[in-house]
Amino acid sequence: MAEAKTIAPKEGPLVRFWEWLTETQAWKSVFRHDRPNTDRTRVLVMLSNVFLHLHPVRIRKSGVKLRYTWCMGGLSFFLFLVLTFTGLLLMFYYRPTLEYAYTDIVGLREHVPLGIMREMHRWGAHAMVITVWLHMFRVFMTGSYKPPREFNWSVGVIMLVLTLLLSFTGYLLPWDQLAIWAITVGSNMARATPFLGHEGPGAQLLRLGDVPLIHAADDARFALLGGTFVGEGALLRFYVLHCVGLPLGIAVLMAVHFWRVRKDGGISGPL
Amino acid sequence: MADENKAIEPSAPPTGANPAATPNTRQVPGGDEPATAAAAAATGVSPAPAAAHAPKPAAPRPPAAPLPDLAGKTTTAASAGGAQAKAAASAPAAAKPAVAAGRDPDDSSPLLNRRAWLGLAWGAFSAASAAALAATGRFMFPNVLNEPPQQFKVGFPSEYGMGVDERFKDKYGIWIIRTPDDLEQHASGFYVLISVCTHLGCTPNYLSAESKFKCPCHGSGFRLTGVNFEGPAPRPLERARVVLADDGQILVDKGKHYQRELGQWIDPESFLKA
Repeated sequence: MAEAKTIAPKEGPLVRFWEWLTETQAWKSVFRHDRPNTDRTRVLVMLSNVFLHLHPVRIRKSGVKLRYTWCMGGLSFFLFLVLTFTGLLLMFYYRPTLEYAYTDIVGLREHVPLGIMREMHRWGAHAMVITVWLHMFRVFMTGSYKPPREFNWSVGVIMLVLTLLLSFTGYLLPWDQLAIWAITVGSNMARATPFLGHEGPGAQLLRLGDVPLIHAADDARFALLGGTFVGEGALLRFYVLHCVGLPLGIAVLMAVHFWRVRKDGGISGPL
Repeated sequence: MADENKAIEPSAPPTGANPAATPNTRQVPGGDEPATAAAAAATGVSPAPAAAHAPKPAAPRPPAAPLPDLAGKTTTAASAGGAQAKAAASAPAAAKPAVAAGRDPDDSSPLLNRRAWLGLAWGAFSAASAAALAATGRFMFPNVLNEPPQQFKVGFPSEYGMGVDERFKDKYGIWIIRTPDDLEQHASGFYVLISVCTHLGCTPNYLSAESKFKCPCHGSGFRLTGVNFEGPAPRPLERARVVLADDGQILVDKGKHYQRELGQWIDPESFLKA
């Protein structure tokens, strides 16, 4: 490639425009290095771009081998981006109220162009759960959880839980029978939370005289549902958690996760 | 990508069928034959290498690289190629097997070489991305609107007395007014005022005691005819199309507005004589 380089002609209005453009202050404030055709300028590209600087400047040869990583971490991140984008678009049409939730979901299929947008979000969510599990499996099989990477493993476990919670909260939003009863069943688990669920072990110990401190209207399940059954409060809470709370949390942890991968010696290789 | 093509095409037979030509192909990495010839001439070397492989047309397939592109434009690279050609002219070219090989020796597919495949792949990817982007843009424009219809029936003329009727203001944003003598049409009948202030678009209130419409935002006042008389409103309220439907009911069509300052209140459909 280097020997085959061609040089632009030195005459003509386009050339003059290009020469003027690349000398402007604005241009030079954006592109602060020459073309990446030497090791030095290649490194400068990586270091001076906020998106590229997340990547390592150098990686091991094994790092790009499919059979080392299965690409599962990257695929999980990619699917997260897909879900963020499609979810944002769905939010333009979806209203988390008893009156509109279900009809808006139907309308997303029937009344809006590109009616598969919701399905892309749904299938993307399924796929992300799968890729996160496979990523975890790969990390386990290659022993990549061992020191000094054990902290990153723990971050990953939390992100796995957040992924599942995103899936769980998203499950309710269509507000059909499947959603309502699935969340009813799922949230019943919170009744049995130790101390914090009113049917859980130890909850009976938390009482002032005859007055129980933990009961059906103030326990962990109530905090999740915003009520004592899956109703409008639950729909709104799950919506806010699904669209704002959990994605923010997982995004912060992803930043930590990626940064830690670099600091702990890069992907998929012996230290 | 394009310049890589230019480096490959004239020199390397895509079929890889002629191993004897290989040393020559290594000598002209910089460009096509005219450029090489020019460069060779510039460096004082006879253009023999170029001529040497000239009689071997590169393929059953025509060369993909546009030849005129590089004429006179290839400078340093071609010079390098020329220099190399000089070296090759004096020594066996096999000395530099892989230096300037524009093409992987394994890359001998008869249908698509690596470059063409990459071009095709990127083209297809770009097209798919553009289509997805366009569809996403279309996503923002739904096919169904949950808005009140622009045309609706408001009952029979006999149901209305003289004066302002506010029944449909909340739902449709109109007043229906029955008058014994309209200022433009000089007849008795109905007209429909759009309840949007012509100043900045607030909704005026009907003040029956003062027989006027008064906008709460900036104090514009309109007479029952819709004509502005106080406050900042620059022009009268607009009237909507009003006709009799087939069943004898009054049909209001907000899709068609009539403005007095444009002389449109004399339009027969801006007023329903009754």
